[in-house]
Amino acid sequence: MNRRLQKLRQTVGMLLLAGATSAAAQSATEAAIAEYHEMFGDENPAELWEIRGADIWLQKRGPLKADLTGCDLGLGAGVIAGAYAQLPRWFEDTQRVQDLETRLVTCITTLQGFSEEEVLAVKFGDGAKKSDLEALSAYVAAASKGMAIALPMQHPAEQSAYALGKDMFYYRAGPHDFSCATCHGESDKRIRLQALPNLTVSAGAQHAYTHWPTYRISQGELRTIEWRLQDCLRQQRMPQLKFGSAVAIGLTMFLAKTAEGGVMAAPSIRR
Amino acid sequence: MSVTTPRILKAGSLLILALFGQANAEGDNRSDRIAATVQDSFVAKRQAGMDRITQDYTQRQCTQYADAPLPGTVSAEIMRRNRATIKPPSDGVFLGDVTAGEAVARRGRGLQSSDDPAKPAGGNCYACHELAPEELAFGTLGPSLRQYGKLRGDSQFVLDYTWGKLYNSNAHIPCSNMPRFGHQGILTEQQLKDVMAYLLDPASPVNQ
Repeated sequence: MNRRLQKLRQTVGMLLLAGATSAAAQSATEAAIAEYHEMFGDENPAELWEIRGADIWLQKRGPLKADLTGCDLGLGAGVIAGAYAQLPRWFEDTQRVQDLETRLVTCITTLQGFSEEEVLAVKFGDGAKKSDLEALSAYVAAASKGMAIALPMQHPAEQSAYALGKDMFYYRAGPHDFSCATCHGESDKRIRLQALPNLTVSAGAQHAYTHWPTYRISQGELRTIEWRLQDCLRQQRMPQLKFGSAVAIGLTMFLAKTAEGGVMAAPSIRR
Repeated sequence: MSVTTPRILKAGSLLILALFGQANAEGDNRSDRIAATVQDSFVAKRQAGMDRITQDYTQRQCTQYADAPLPGTVSAEIMRRNRATIKPPSDGVFLGDVTAGEAVARRGRGLQSSDDPAKPAGGNCYACHELAPEELAFGTLGPSLRQYGKLRGDSQFVLDYTWGKLYNSNAHIPCSNMPRFGHQGILTEQQLKDVMAYLLDPASPVNQ
């Protein structure tokens, strides 16, 4: 299985490379992904994360020897169908607006008795170092496939998280004066050959947000929105974005709300 | 007459007060609204220290008016402040090495927390601009600079303008998306000269 994945990755890598020198530069990435699908059908390595996530969900683990079937992701204990399409949202028990990953941390610590430190030891996987959070995110997100994003957005804290995310989207700082809007504030732009979604309009935000978590071919890893945001801010030359921080939740809320009505397609596959 | 004059003056001063008050109404400033939360949401990582969160005047204004029209007074003040930062080349020579300039234009790394601070930063011109015709992997966030020098020549005006644009883009276009390469210390003086040569030298691939 691993050798097969490696071959897939190499093939797509070559396709991307070949595309970069062709005259049809603009659509090279899309063309490579389309060619990938032609060769391998709907096969997506993200399924491996989904399967592992399902397994972790049902395992009795931790000091409390409990599974996660009692986890409330906003639609009631154990309900995962459609839950991701309604996140981030306010949770009464934690008195916080939470995204999928921070909510999973809450479930793992309260239901299974792990410490937060233990859960966050591997936030983002790296080869043999696997992240339970990424696997669980893939599993839960998959249960919203085909469903439209619809945020509750009733609680004042949800509204202020959105407002914070919007403010942060335009916050210019660092040696390069970059904000999110520098690259993602206009339609039909690209950086080098990479098409840039306009995240301030519905179509652009839907195109981006509905696909995360996604399997990143270039990394050979499944990545979540939390990972994507901190990587964007790294490229903006900012310090490290804290996992589950108010800015991380706010930006996610801003993206999700702008993408509202979009149909979830995660976990997907991206360059 | 002597009765109406003070009234006009009073009305005038009230109007001035109202305008002045409006222009300085920073009560609903975007940066102020989120400052504390932003501080709490980041942590220093290698060369990307927490000082990078703090905005200068230009960044603050460009944040506030990112999705609204930039008021004329603010626009003029941004240009004035940024123009004042531009230092011409210390030896008066504007043009460096074309090949070295091309390397700066292509290199995208530099100043990210993941980059090696010992290595020189790039200008990453190709991320946003078309330059030499043989490089097809160019971005479109900025205008095409193909044949930049061929179309403009190398008069002192062009040299000064181009140097200023690279050194501090906000001297010409307030809230430009283009980094202020000289002012912010992203590129060294020599690197700026090399990029100048890549743009302006008639023999540069850009001008073919």
